[in-house]
Amino acid sequence: MQFMLLFSRQGKLRLQKWYVPLSDKEKKKITRELVQTVLARKPKMCSFLEWRDLKIVYKRYASLYFCCAIEDQDNELITLEIIHRYVELLDKYFGSVCELDIIFNFEKAYFILDEFLLGGEVQETSKKNVLKAIEQADLLQEGGAEAEGERESLKQTPY
Amino acid sequence: MALKMVKGSIDRMFDKNLQDLVRGIRNHKEDEAKYISQCIDEIKQELKQDNIAVKANAVCKLTYLQMLGYDISWAAFNIIEVMSASKFTFKRIGYLAASQCFHEGTDVIMLTTNQIRKDLSSPSQYDTGVALTGLSCFVTPDLARDLANDIMTLMSHTKPYIRKKAVLIMYKVFLKYPESLRPAFPRLKEKLEDPDPGVQSAAVNVICELARRNPKNYLSLAPLFFKLMTSSTNNWVLIKIIKLFGALTPLEPRLGKKLIEPLTNLIHRFSVSVLISLSSGMPNHSASIQVCPLKYLGLLAMSKILRTHPKSVQAHKDLVLQCLDDKDESIRLRALDLLYGMVSKKNLVEIVKKLMSHVDKAEGTTYRDELLTKIIDICSQCNYQHITNFQWYISVLVELTRLEGTRHGHLIAAQMLDVAIRVKAIRKFAVSQMSALLDSAHLVASSTQRNGICEVLYAAAWICGEFSEHLQEPHQTLEAMLRPKVTTLPGHIQAVYVQNVVKLYASILQQKEQAAEPEAAQEVTQLMVDRLPQFVQSADLEVQERASCILQLVKHIQKLQAKDVPVAEEVSALFAGELNPVAPKAQKKVPVPEGLDLDAWINEPPSDSESEDEKPKAIFHDEEQRQAKQRQPEADEEELARRREARKQEQANNPFYIKSSPSPQKRYQDVPGVEHIPVVQIDLSVPLKVPGMPMSDQYVKLEEERRHRQRLERDKKRKKKKDKDKKGKPRRHGSLHTESDDDLAPAQQVDIVTEEMPENALPTRGSPCSPSPHVLQVPVSTLCDPPTLPPEAVRLCTSVTGTPEPLVWGQANPDLALQTYDIQGSLQKDSQVTVSVVLENQSSSFLKNMELNVLDSLNTKLARPEGSSVHDGVPVPFQLPPGISNEAQFVFTIQSIVMAQKLKGTLSFIAKNDEGSTHEKLDFKLHFSCTSYLVTTPCYSDAFAKLLESGDLSMSSIKVDGISMSFQNLLAKICFHHHFSVVERVDSCASMYSRSIQGHHVCLLVKKGEKSVSVDGKCSDSTLLSNLLEEMKATLAKC
Repeated sequence: MQFMLLFSRQGKLRLQKWYVPLSDKEKKKITRELVQTVLARKPKMCSFLEWRDLKIVYKRYASLYFCCAIEDQDNELITLEIIHRYVELLDKYFGSVCELDIIFNFEKAYFILDEFLLGGEVQETSKKNVLKAIEQADLLQEGGAEAEGERESLKQTPY
Repeated sequence: MALKMVKGSIDRMFDKNLQDLVRGIRNHKEDEAKYISQCIDEIKQELKQDNIAVKANAVCKLTYLQMLGYDISWAAFNIIEVMSASKFTFKRIGYLAASQCFHEGTDVIMLTTNQIRKDLSSPSQYDTGVALTGLSCFVTPDLARDLANDIMTLMSHTKPYIRKKAVLIMYKVFLKYPESLRPAFPRLKEKLEDPDPGVQSAAVNVICELARRNPKNYLSLAPLFFKLMTSSTNNWVLIKIIKLFGALTPLEPRLGKKLIEPLTNLIHRFSVSVLISLSSGMPNHSASIQVCPLKYLGLLAMSKILRTHPKSVQAHKDLVLQCLDDKDESIRLRALDLLYGMVSKKNLVEIVKKLMSHVDKAEGTTYRDELLTKIIDICSQCNYQHITNFQWYISVLVELTRLEGTRHGHLIAAQMLDVAIRVKAIRKFAVSQMSALLDSAHLVASSTQRNGICEVLYAAAWICGEFSEHLQEPHQTLEAMLRPKVTTLPGHIQAVYVQNVVKLYASILQQKEQAAEPEAAQEVTQLMVDRLPQFVQSADLEVQERASCILQLVKHIQKLQAKDVPVAEEVSALFAGELNPVAPKAQKKVPVPEGLDLDAWINEPPSDSESEDEKPKAIFHDEEQRQAKQRQPEADEEELARRREARKQEQANNPFYIKSSPSPQKRYQDVPGVEHIPVVQIDLSVPLKVPGMPMSDQYVKLEEERRHRQRLERDKKRKKKKDKDKKGKPRRHGSLHTESDDDLAPAQQVDIVTEEMPENALPTRGSPCSPSPHVLQVPVSTLCDPPTLPPEAVRLCTSVTGTPEPLVWGQANPDLALQTYDIQGSLQKDSQVTVSVVLENQSSSFLKNMELNVLDSLNTKLARPEGSSVHDGVPVPFQLPPGISNEAQFVFTIQSIVMAQKLKGTLSFIAKNDEGSTHEKLDFKLHFSCTSYLVTTPCYSDAFAKLLESGDLSMSSIKVDGISMSFQNLLAKICFHHHFSVVERVDSCASMYSRSIQGHHVCLLVKKGEKSVSVDGKCSDSTLLSNLLEEMKATLAKC
C-alpha cells in the first residue's frame, strides 16, 4: 500500500498516512486530486479506480471516505478488507466511532493504524492483539498522564 | 526549581491543547487562516519553552495543522527533541509527528540515527515499537544502512510484538538498502516458522512482496509455503501465499497440479467461513464488504491453472457450479469463466441447464447478457466439440430468444444460422423451430426497445427460406412472413424476409404444381401480389429494391400462370444449389498466380512525405501485414508455427475437425486423401441422451416420443425397416457402446460440413501428420524451445513417460535424477529428433552450469551451437535449486534411422552448497530405438491398400505366444508405444500404419489367435522393419 487517506464528504482531510516518502508539495497535490476524484463519484459506482499507475480503493463509512492507494499487482478486495478491519478497530476502540472521534483524537487514530499496518503491509491480523497493544501503550501513557493529573490538582490547589 | 515547574504549569493552564485547537478551528470557519496563523505563533512560543510537556503538546498541534496543509518543516528540530523525550507519552507524539512530516529531503533526519538506535534497544517494548513504526515511514538509505544490523537483532527479540514489527520493517530496509537482504534472509526464512502467528504472517508478507519482484530466487521456498498453505488457518496469510504461488507457477509448471487440491479445500472451507463472517459481521456496515476475497482469488487461481492443467480442474465442476449461486457478482463471473474450460460432452447439458436456470433468475441485464454469451461460447467452442445433440442446442437457442432486453440477439442468430447450415441432419428440426418462431414473431418483436432480440428473426427467416423443403406447412409460414407487422422490423431483417419469402414461394409453387393444384398455386401468387407492396413502400432502400424487383417477378409469374404455363421449375432454379459457409481463411489459401508480384508497385511509389494515415485504416493494416510477411519471413514463420501448434492441439481433440489430407505428400504424391474433403460422416460415440432435461418441454416430449417410437420399432423391427424421417436410424456398429445407452440410438446422424475452401487450396503445411488420439500431447507451452529447433518444425510427441526403456540413464549419483524423457521426431526435418529430458535435483545443493555432452557416433550427432567443436557440451539453459526439476531439450541429427542406437553421454554440473562448490559428472546412455523415429500418421484404407499393392515394400513377420490381453488393449498398446495408428479393424485382425521421419512407410497386419499374436509387417526398408518388429516383440512379450 502506498498511502491511506481519510477525508470527509466536504473534502476535509481527516487522516493521512504515507508509506512512501514524498515531499509535502507532492502529498498535497495528490491529496487534492484524489479527494476531488473520489468525491465526484456516485454512490453506486465501483470502489476501485485506476489513477496514474496506481489503483485507488475507497469506501465510504457514514460521512467519511477511507481511501487507499495500492500498486498494480496488489489485490483490491483485500485492500477493502483492510479498510474495513481498520474501521472495526476504530469502532472497538472508540465505541461506535464517529467522525468527531477521529478529529479530536486523531493521534489515537494514527496509533491504531500504526499497530495494524506497518510500512504499508498488514502487521497484525488479529483485532484483539492490535487493541491489546494500544491499551498497553495507553497504560504507559497514563504514567505520563499522571503528570497531567498533578497539574490538574496543582491547578486546584490555591497558592 | 519547584517554582519553575509550578510556573510552567501555570503557563500551560492558558495553553490550548489539541482539542481546544480543533474546536477553535471549527469555531472560526470564516477566518480560519487568520486563526491558524495566530495559533502557529502561539505554538512557536510554546516550542521555545523548556518544558517537554508543553513542547509535545505543541508538536501534537503542529501534526494536526500539517494535515490541514500547513508547512511545519521549520519545526523539524523540535520534533526530534520530542522524539528523544524519555516519557513514552511524548516520545509517541514525537515519532508520530516525524512519521507524518519527515521525508528523504528532510536534512535533520541524520540527527535521528542515534536516538532511534537508542530507542530500538530500549528495555520497554513499546518504546522500541514506536521507534520501529516511525522509522517505517521515513527510512532513508542512510538510516537503513546504519540501522539494518540493529533491526536484524530485533528479529530474534523475545517479544513477538517486536519481532513482528522488525520483520515487516526489514522489507522497507531491503528496498532502501538491498545489500542487507543477503545476510538477513536466513533469519527471515526462519521467521516463516515462528511460533507466533503474527510474526509468521509478517514474514510471509515480506517474502511474498520480495518474491513478486524476483520470483526465481524464491522457488526453493515453494515446499515451505505449500506446507504453510495447507496448515495455516489465517485467511490473510493464505491470500498472500496464493499470491506468491501466482508468481511462482509460471516458473515451475508442476506446481499447478499440486496446488489444485489445497485450493479446492480452501473454497470448501470458505463457504463455511463466509457464513460465520456474515453472521458475526457488524450490522451497521453493508454486507458487501463481508465478501471475503478468498473465494474470488481461489477461482481466479483455478482459471489460471485451467490453462495448463485442464484435467485437474475439471474434477471440481460441482464446486464451481456452486459458486454460480454466490451472492457476489464478481465471484459468479469468475465461475462462469472457469466453466468455459470445464465443459465436456458428458456435462455440457447439465452445465447449460444450470446456466439457463440462472438466466431466468438473473437480475440486471448485464449479468444476464454475460450468461447468455457464456452459454453460447461454451456450446460453440471448438467447433461444437461438446455438443452431442443438436436438437437440444437449437431448443436452447430458441429458449434464449425469450429473454427480455438482451443485446445479444445477433449472437443467437449467428449460432442458429451456423448450426442449421453446417449440421445437415438438424435442418428439419431447425426449420420447424424457426417457423414456430416466425409465427410468434409478434411476441419477439412486440416492443421496439427489445430490438436486440429481433435479430433472431433474421436467422429464422433465412433458415425457413433456404431450407423450405423441410417445412411442414409452408403456406402458414409464408403468411407469417408477409404480415403487416413485419414492416416495423429493422430494415436489414425486412430485406431478408423479402428475399426468403420468394424462396418459400418457389418451393410452394413447386409443391402445388406437382400436386396438380393450379388454383392453389395461383392463390399463393395472388397472396404475394397483395402483400408485397407493403415492402415496396419501405423506407429502407434495400427492402424497397428487393421488394419491387420481386413484385415484378411475381406479377410476371402470375401472367404465365394465367396461361397455364408451368413455372415452378424455373422459379426454383433461381435458388438452386446450396450455399456453403466459406472458411475465414479461404482467401489466404488461394495460391498466388505465377508471375504476380504483390509487392511490386503498380504506380510509382509515393514520396515519404505522403502520410499513410490518409489511406483507409483497414487497407493500411492489411498492406502492412503483407509487407512484414515478405520482409521478415523468419519471424513470421515462427509465429505461424506457434499458431499451427496451438491449432493442431485443438484439432487433435476435435472429432469434427476434418483433416485436410491424411497422407504424406512429400515423397508419394500419388497417395490419395484429398478427395475426402469436404464432408465427413461422423458417428458419435457418445449417446445422444438428455437425462431428465426439462430444457424445453416441447423438446423433452419430442425426445420421449422418439424413444417410444424406437421401442415400438424394435418390437416390430422386421415390419418396418426405415423410419421415414431418418430419426432412430440405427447406429453403425463398431463404435463403443456405453452401458445403459445400448438401446438408445442417436437422435440424428450428424454431418458437419466444413467451411468451403477454394478448390486449388494449398494444403496446410504439417497437416499430413495429425496425431492420433493415442498420442499424448505434452503441453508445448511448458517446454522451452531449444535454440536449434527449426521454427517451422511441427513437434509431435512420439513417446511419453512409460515407454519401455528407450533410454538408459546412469543413476550412480544420487544428486541428480533424470526422470522422464521423450524423443520427438518431426516430419519437416527428416533427420532430426528432439530429446526431452527432465532433470530433477534430489540433493540439497544448488546445481548450476549444467552441460550435456554426448560422444557422437558417425550416424547420430548432437546438434551443438554454431562454432563449437564436437567435444563441447550443450549448456542446459537453467539452474536447479534443491528439489526442483526442469525440462531440457536437445536436438540430434541422424543419418540413418534403420537401426537402433545407443549413445554414451555425460552431464557435468557444479553442485554448490554451504561447504562450497564441487564439479560433478553423471554418465548416462541414451538409447534411440527405431520406434522413436516413427511418427503417428493416420492413413485411409484406400491409400493403405494402394501402398500394399505397389509391391516395393519388403516383408517380415513375428509371432508372440502367451498373450492374454484383449485385442483392443493390444492395439492400443502398439499405438501408444510404437506410434502406429489403426487403419482398419475386422474382428481379431487389424491393419496399422505409421511413418518414419524419413518417410518410410510401415504397414502392419496384426492377427490375434487363441493365445498368440502374429504381426506381419511391410516396410520400404527391410532392416528398419526387422528392428521395429524386434522392439515390438519385446513390448508384446510383456502383455
